[in-house]
Formats: sequence, C-alpha cells, structure tokens
Amino acid sequence: MKRSFKLSELDCANCAAKMETAINKLEPVDNATINFMSQRLTLEAADDKFDEALDLAQKAINKVERGCKIVR
Amino acid sequence: MQKKQKIKLSRVILSGILFILGSALPLPALGSLIILMASYLIAGYDTLWTAIRNICHGQVFDENFLMALATVGAIGLRDYKEAVFVMLFYLVGTIFEEYAVNKSRGSISELMDIRPDYANLLREGREEQVDPYEVAIGDTILIKPGERVPLDGTVIEGHSTLDTSALTGESLPQDVETGQIISSGCVNLSGVLKLEVSSEFDDSTVAKILDMVENAGSKKAKVEKFITKFARYYTPIVVIAAVLLAVLPPLLISGQTFSEWISRALTFLVISCPCALVISVPLAFFGGVGGASRSGILVKGSNYLEALADVDTVIFDKTGTLTTGTFKVSQVHGEACDPEELLELAAYAESYSDHPISVSIKESFGRSLDKSRVSDAEEIAGKGIKAIIDGRTVYAGNDRLMRDLGIDGLLSDEAATLVHLAVKDVNPEYLGYVAITDTVKEDAAAAVQGLKQEGASTAVMLTGDRKAVAEKVAAEIGLDEFHSELLPGDKVALAEQIISAKASKGNVVFVGDGINDAPVLARADIGVAMGGLGSQAAIEAADIVIMDDQPSKLSLVMKIARRTLSISKQNVIFALGIKAIVLILGALGMASMWAAVFADVGVAVICILNSMRALSTKKVTASAHALKEKEVLAA
Repeated sequence: MKRSFKLSELDCANCAAKMETAINKLEPVDNATINFMSQRLTLEAADDKFDEALDLAQKAINKVERGCKIVR
Repeated sequence: MQKKQKIKLSRVILSGILFILGSALPLPALGSLIILMASYLIAGYDTLWTAIRNICHGQVFDENFLMALATVGAIGLRDYKEAVFVMLFYLVGTIFEEYAVNKSRGSISELMDIRPDYANLLREGREEQVDPYEVAIGDTILIKPGERVPLDGTVIEGHSTLDTSALTGESLPQDVETGQIISSGCVNLSGVLKLEVSSEFDDSTVAKILDMVENAGSKKAKVEKFITKFARYYTPIVVIAAVLLAVLPPLLISGQTFSEWISRALTFLVISCPCALVISVPLAFFGGVGGASRSGILVKGSNYLEALADVDTVIFDKTGTLTTGTFKVSQVHGEACDPEELLELAAYAESYSDHPISVSIKESFGRSLDKSRVSDAEEIAGKGIKAIIDGRTVYAGNDRLMRDLGIDGLLSDEAATLVHLAVKDVNPEYLGYVAITDTVKEDAAAAVQGLKQEGASTAVMLTGDRKAVAEKVAAEIGLDEFHSELLPGDKVALAEQIISAKASKGNVVFVGDGINDAPVLARADIGVAMGGLGSQAAIEAADIVIMDDQPSKLSLVMKIARRTLSISKQNVIFALGIKAIVLILGALGMASMWAAVFADVGVAVICILNSMRALSTKKVTASAHALKEKEVLAA
C-alpha cells in the first residue's frame, strides 16, 4: 500500500532529508519519500504492516525534529 | 507572518539591541559580559536546548549542535562578541529561511487551490449540498455563478462563461452551452449550469491534477539527489577536519598554541551545515514546477524538468497536436454514384466510430442515422472500417485499405485526408472519396521556431495521414523532417530509430494528443501530452501535460526548465565556492568567525533569494508573448 500524508511543522530541509533516510531504514517500510516543499510524506509498506510502519516513521521523525507530526 | 516567526523576530530585535549596547557602551568588563551573555541566550536558547536534546538521541552532526559547539567554544576562548553575533545571525537566517519557504509554499498551494468543497446535487427535484465524493456517474448537479465546477460532466441545461485559468493558464473566459463537456476545477462565472456528471471525483480532472502536483516532488532531479547525498557526507567531513585542525598543528608544530587552532577549527564548525544547498536546490525545482503549472503546463516531476533543459529532437504527432484536430469535409467525389449517396454511405460506415474524421463526416451528412441499417461494423487498425450496410459490405478507409481490396491507381496529390469508399459483394467496386481537411494550429509555426531557440536541433512530425497532407503541413510550419502514412505500430519503431540515431546526448521529446500514441509517449525520454479539457488518458500517460493544447507551450516549459536548472547550478557553485574559500582561509587563520557566519547563513539567504526567482515566470512568459507577436507580424 502506498499512501501520502501531510507533515505538520516541518521546518528544516536538512531534517527532512535525514528523516527520509531514517524512515527508509525501518524494517517494515518498502519506500518513503519526504517532500519538504509540499510537506508530504509518501510511505510504501505491506498492507498488514502499514500501521506499524507509520508508528515507527513517526518515532523516527521525532528523533530529528520534535514538533513534527504525521497528520493521519 | 506566523506567530512563531513574530516571536523569533522580537528575539532578534531584543538580542540585537543588547548586543549593540554590550559591545558599544563603555562598561566595566563584567557588565558588558553580562549584557552580551543575555543577548546570546535570547538569540540561542532554543538552539542550545535542541542541541542537548539531539545529542541524547545520538544526532551528533545536527546543525543545532554544531552551532552550539562553535559558539560555546568561542565563549571559552573569550571571543564573546563573535559568539553572540554568530548566534544572532543564525537566528536571522532561520527566520529568513522559514519566511521564504512559507511564501513559496503559499504561492504554490494558492495555485493549486482548485479542490472543490461541495457539489449541489439535484435529487428528486430538490437541491442538496454534498461532498463531491458522494456524487455518482449520471447524477445531475447544479453549478451557480461564482462556484467551482466540482466534477467533470456534460452541460444539459443553461449557458455561461467559465474561467479555466486554473487549469490552462488561459485568462480569457470560455463560453459554454448545452451539450458541451466541461472539466472540474474551472470556475463558473455568469449563468447557472445543470451538469450531468460523467466521472466520479477520484477520476475527475481536478483530482488527477492535484494528485500529480502533490506527487511531483517524489521524482527528484539528479541535482537534487546529488545534493542530498553530498549533504550526508559534507557535515561529517568538515567536522572531522575541524577536530584535526584543532589538535594536530599544536601537537606537531612547535610554538603553536591550542587556543589559536581551536579558534580556527570553530570557524569550520560554523560552515559545516549544508543548509544553503539542501534548501535552495529543491526550492528552485519546486518553483519551476509551480511556475510551469501556473502557465497551464503540468510537470510530473523535477527529473522531467531537468531532462527538458537539454533537448535534441522533438517529435510531434500531427493530428490534434500541430493541427486543431477539428476536421471538415471539403469535397465529396463520387466515382460510381452521386456525391450525396456517397456521403450517406460514408456516414453509415463510420456511424459507430468516434474518430474525429468519422465525426466530421457524420456532421457533414447532417441527418440522423438509422443504426439498424448497419451491422458488423469493424475497425481495421490504421486502415479504416468495414461494415455491412443494407446487406452490402462497405469498406471506408485510406489508400492502403483500397490496395488490400485490389483497387489501385488512386494516387491523388490533393493535400487533404481522403476517405475512400468501396463495396465488395463479389468483386470490389470503387465508389469515390470524401476529402477532409484539418487546420494547422495558430501557434504551430511559433512552436517549432521557439523550440529551436531553446536549443533543440531537429523537429520531426509523424502522422498516419497521406504524404501530400504531411508535406503541406511540414512546409507550412517549418519542420525538418516528416514521416507519413504510418500505422500506429510504425510510430514506436520510428521513434526508437530517432532515439538511437540522434547525434548529441540530448533527450528526445514526443508530443502527442494521447490518442493512439501512448506507447510512443512512454518510449520517448519525455512524453508530452496535449491534455485538452477532459482527456484523462493523456494526463496519465505523459510526463508533462499541456493543458490548453498549444504546442508553443513546449518551448515555454523548456525555457522554464533551463532557467530552473541554471538557477540551481548557480546556487551549487556559489555556495560550494564560498564555503571552500572560507574553509581554506579559515584553516590559514585568515577568516574570522564573522566570515564563516556569512558563508553559512548569508550564503543560504542569497541562495534562497536566487531560487525564488524560479517561481516567477513573468519574464519567461513575457518573452514568449513577444515571440508570438513577432510571428503574427511576420505573417
């Protein structure tokens, strides 16, 4: 499944790149891209692992920028 | 300006005043130290706090941490003023960065603010406001003046004018009346329209466009990928170099002090963030894609914009791309029967086809068709149609179809598309032909001229049409090459031949209307479709969609592409150049922390400002208009 989410409070471009790298390293994630300008995360993961992937992605994001949230 | 930014701005002002007071007033050393430290903390408390927090998360090469380390280091070396100045300037830089990003985000989302909020659904004569998602195909909706068309459909009642500028960039309103198909995303300007919905919201034009624009960023250009990769290595390398610079010279060279070399190393830390690049390059592409869509050109990814900056050959499809695709019957020539009978037979043969040529024949015939007279209508790809009409087997199609039937010697050099008719019960009998002409688009010649100016070397036209027609069109608009009488399959083969035969490294662009040429659109380096109003297939198959079907938009988007690419290259060279110079001077002890702050924040600000130029397409479109006017004057 591939879905795209809005990210709130994404303020720094370098952080976005770091988040993208970190999320791509997560086990249940097949592919992730973060578009800094449109503040969007596009996440690809297996259907049954999608929620897990999303939770882990949120954690990875907070390690880089604390206020940034995935809007579900 | 957001609340967050207002707070930051007041911090800058307060910290700045304290900084000036602390450094200018003739105070005792302790007094000025206290004022400077207050100024430092006001400007940098959040940076310091984030740095501490991130260290706990193992984020060593975080820019907050590096800034904190550099300034705390400077304080340790008693360079108080420099420490405060670095922090203050860093804060100014982030404010500026956020402002620029918000502004360009805002101008793009404003541009893309075409999502309809509701639809007025007519149910059993009553009007009800519903979510566009809830409307089904075949439902009737009402669109009042000032409202956005929420779904694609056919007008069944009323007439009005539509503002299509959000979709096509065309500012002139369009008249619509009963029977016309209109696209979602337009704004109804004057009258009330009743619309029969033809697609669900997910498949509507507006949903497709929004989806495309939102996903454009996931296809990154090579420059963007390079920057992301570069950023990953740049910071660690600079930081390691800084550590070595602080430690090695004092240990290895006698007479060198740690304090001198640590202060040099601190300048390295200040320059260690690649922010200027990481933000300005994607910003330029974002601006380029946004600017293009403002002119009615949808680009599906920055990689396509990058590819468009270097084009070798442009291949055009003829019908619907270089010509308007609205055919008119210009002559009916009966060989074995009178013209009226011939036209009637042709209209019946084509009765099941929606091909523009068939439509023109039916229109010219003008009377309603009794479809029960026709059976077994069958399309023969690239050749024509076979159908049984009143019990006779009728063939309608091109020269090739006639040759297959054994009818030869039909060479006519008339520059029109000919639909020949023949019946074959036992022996084939040739009946005559219907001649149909198509008009060349107004801006077709300007389109060819424009793309040459943008550096493309060859313009080629492919068509299934007859040679005489192709020759006339090619001469009229100044094409270098044309290939005629092609079957749909031949177009792919020819495109491949052109791709492998091209002389330079440049890309091959194919421009088509999305009918019959999806394989070629996919095969070319860049597929450009004439989106038209409502042609979904084209929007999906292509990399770039020209919403208002004007071929001259191709040179415009090429111009935008080259400008975007050159802006991003300027930024890369400028930022890397300044940083390299300051790093070298810093290592030699010739660059102070003041210079380092400029190389970091100052460069970022300049790069962002430069990138924001990509957003404005005014200059580009103005020169395109000038070109068009020159064209008109010359003609």
